[in-house]
Amino acid sequence: MGDPAAMNVLDWRDQIFAALKQAEIRQVGYVPDAGHARLIELSQADPAMRAVPLTSEEEGVALLAGAWLGGQRGTLLMQSSGVGNCINMLSMTKTCRFPLTMLVTMRGEWAEFNPWQVPMGSRTQAALELCDVLVYRVDRAEDAAETVAAALDIAFNGDLATAVLLSQRLLGAKRWVK
Amino acid sequence: MISNEPRLDQRLDRRAAIRILLENRGDLLVVTGLGSTTWDAASVADDERNFYLWGAMGAAAMVGLGLAIARPDRRVLVVTGDGEMLMGLGSLATIGVQCPPNLAIAVFDNGHYGETGMQASHTAETVDLIGVAQACGFSETFDITDELGVRDFSARIRGTATTIFARIAISAEEPPRVLPPRDGVLLKNRFRRAIGADT
Repeated sequence: MGDPAAMNVLDWRDQIFAALKQAEIRQVGYVPDAGHARLIELSQADPAMRAVPLTSEEEGVALLAGAWLGGQRGTLLMQSSGVGNCINMLSMTKTCRFPLTMLVTMRGEWAEFNPWQVPMGSRTQAALELCDVLVYRVDRAEDAAETVAAALDIAFNGDLATAVLLSQRLLGAKRWVK
Repeated sequence: MISNEPRLDQRLDRRAAIRILLENRGDLLVVTGLGSTTWDAASVADDERNFYLWGAMGAAAMVGLGLAIARPDRRVLVVTGDGEMLMGLGSLATIGVQCPPNLAIAVFDNGHYGETGMQASHTAETVDLIGVAQACGFSETFDITDELGVRDFSARIRGTATTIFARIAISAEEPPRVLPPRDGVLLKNRFRRAIGADT
C-alpha cells in the first residue's frame, strides 16, 4: 500500500470517493467502521451529498430504495458483520430490482484478532451471493476505485444489486494493543 | 394510553382514517408498510404515487426518508402499522437525526399483528410509540384517537417545517382486503415515472 504522500497519488479511499462523485451519488447511508472513516468524513463534508448514519445496516437498503424512487442515487457503507443484518431487506432490492452498491469493509479474515468476527466475515460473500448480489473483491489498493466504479456502473445501468468487499489485508488488521 | 381498554371497538375505523389522509391528497407521495396499511391505501384508490410494501417488514419509514431527502419539493407520507414500525424501531432514531421537513409518518396502531392471527403487539403491552418518537427527537407528534385528530394531522402534513409523527389508534377489526398490484418492478417504475424521476 505504501505511503500515499510519498507515492504522490491520491489515497485509495479518496479515489473511491471520486468514483462516488463521478457516479453522482447523493445519499450515503453508513454504519461507522474504522475502514470507512475517510469516506464518511468526505461524504459529510460534501454539500451535494447527504450522509445518513444508520442504527442498523438494513435501514440503508430501505433508504436507498426510497432515494431511487425519488430519482437520487446512493450507496451504503458497512462492515462485513452488517451484511447479515441486511438479508431480508435485500428481498425488496431483488423483487423491485432496485440498483444497489454496498461497500463492505471486511473483518474476520486476514490476521483477525477477534474470533467473534469470523463466522460472519468468512460467510459474507456467500451470504450476498445467496441473495443474488453481485460481489467484487478488492485486495490491492490500486484496484479499489476502478472496482467501485465498475460496481456502480453495473448497478445503475442494470438495476442490479452489487457489493464491493474491501479486504482486511487491504485495510490492515485492527490493532488491539498499541 | 388506550391499549388494553374494553373500549377497543370504539377506536377509529382504519378505512375512515386512511380516507381522511388520502382524500384531496394533492401531490402527496405515499409509502405504505407490509400488511394492512397497503390494503388501506389501495381501498381509497390505487395511485401511481403510492409505493406499497408487500414485504421487507420494517422498511416503510426508511423508504420514506430516502424519498423525502431525494425530493425536498414534495411531501412524503408513510402509513404503516404498529407491528411494521416496531420491526424498524431503530429507523425512528435514524429519522430523528435527519428530520427532513417534508416527511410525515402515521402509524395505525391496533396493538395487534392483524395479518398473522391478531396476536398482541408490544403496543398493547408496554410500548408507547409517541414516547419513542419524542425520545428520538421528533418535536411534533400526534397521539390521535378520533377523526378530528386525523384531520388536524392531515392538514399539518402540508405545512410543517420538520418531520412529524402520528400514532393513530384504530380498532383491531379487519376490513375486506383490497389488493393493489404486487409486481415490485411495476410499482417502482410507475412511481418514478409519475414524479419525473425516471429521466
